[in-house]
Amino acid sequence: MLNIKVLGSGCANCKKLEASVRKVVANQGLEAEVEKVTDYAEIMKWNVLSTPGLVVNDKVVSTGRIPSESEIKNWLNF
Amino acid sequence: MSVPSLSTSTKRVEPHPTLVLGVLSLAWLVAYNIIEPLANWVAFSLLGLERGSHLGEAVAFFLYDVPKLLLLLSGMIFVITIIRSFFSPEQTRAFLGGKREGVGNVLAASLGVVTPFCSCSAVPLFIGFVESGIPLGVTFSFLVAAPLVNEVALVMLFGLFGWKVALLYMVSGLIIAVLAGVIIGRLKLERYVEDFVWQIKIGKEALDISKPAWPQRLKLGWQSTKEIVGKVWLYVIVGIAVGAGIHGYVPESALVEIMGKDSWWSIPAAVGLGVPLYSNAAGVMPIVSALMEKGAALGTVLAFMMAVVGLSLPEMLILRRVLKPQLIGIFIAVVAIGITLTGYLFNWLI
Repeated sequence: MLNIKVLGSGCANCKKLEASVRKVVANQGLEAEVEKVTDYAEIMKWNVLSTPGLVVNDKVVSTGRIPSESEIKNWLNF
Repeated sequence: MSVPSLSTSTKRVEPHPTLVLGVLSLAWLVAYNIIEPLANWVAFSLLGLERGSHLGEAVAFFLYDVPKLLLLLSGMIFVITIIRSFFSPEQTRAFLGGKREGVGNVLAASLGVVTPFCSCSAVPLFIGFVESGIPLGVTFSFLVAAPLVNEVALVMLFGLFGWKVALLYMVSGLIIAVLAGVIIGRLKLERYVEDFVWQIKIGKEALDISKPAWPQRLKLGWQSTKEIVGKVWLYVIVGIAVGAGIHGYVPESALVEIMGKDSWWSIPAAVGLGVPLYSNAAGVMPIVSALMEKGAALGTVLAFMMAVVGLSLPEMLILRRVLKPQLIGIFIAVVAIGITLTGYLFNWLI
């Protein structure tokens, strides 16, 4: 099962990213656990300086922007 | 603009990004060059207003300035976003690591201008900088410059006053950021950073994020242009409408006494007024430009705008999570004093 983390505390873009991730997961019928990480100590463990960050199976794939749904699809179907 | 899909299964034929960009740039240039004759034609021929009349001049001013500023904003924000896509906070941090105070402050302030930064991620950025050993003062030079040299304000100044004023604004913003960082560094205020910040252990994992390709950069530029222009267009129009009214109706030099060079108190008043008014640089600028035309001094106007963009309440609230109130207070005081002095300097120079 995929483990997806959206890193970011309360920024508007973080919510948008979480929504697109959930949409891609649903559209692709993937088995995935989507977590929202808002605790700064937890976010900093990933060495991410600009939110929103996206972590797929313990690997940071994107920071500081909202990737397109097709990019997200690629990361989830590696 | 369309961007080639990453998925190989799509069959849609997408135009080459260079072609799209070329066509858009050409359309932009044509539009930019015809708006003035067009505005005059609409105001004086189509609407039949009299040249030189209050109403006629106000309408022509409005019809020319609105498309001009909106075109400038969209074109320049697109270009600025593309330039910024070559920078990232992670790279900036790596670059600033190990730099001495002074050199570090200058670099941090300059990088603060070009690195993509959103005040919503000020906290992870702050923690990431200081935890990796970048001095507090250098970190502050970055945090002051990033919002203070604001792209919307820069474009509006360029559109309304020309490149000299825009450049003056950028350079003085950088100087304020460097000096504020040096002062905060010298004051040794590390104890006013919230204790939990020093306890956080940042991951050692090097980030391996692929650089965006050109189609993605163009798309990024397109997205942020849409987002920023979408946020400010109404303010621009309302601001210019008010400005046009002042342009046509308020008598010459009515404001000289209130906002002119000789009233020393107008600068602190402008800064005090600007601090609580955040993120409306776009709407405030056309009004102040019209005010200036009627006798307000440039330094007063610049100080006002810097206070509007550089010190915002939401950003202070976000930074409050990592900084104790004393440090927030010193931060605001140092930047506000810097802006005020800049205002006096400009009024004295020009």
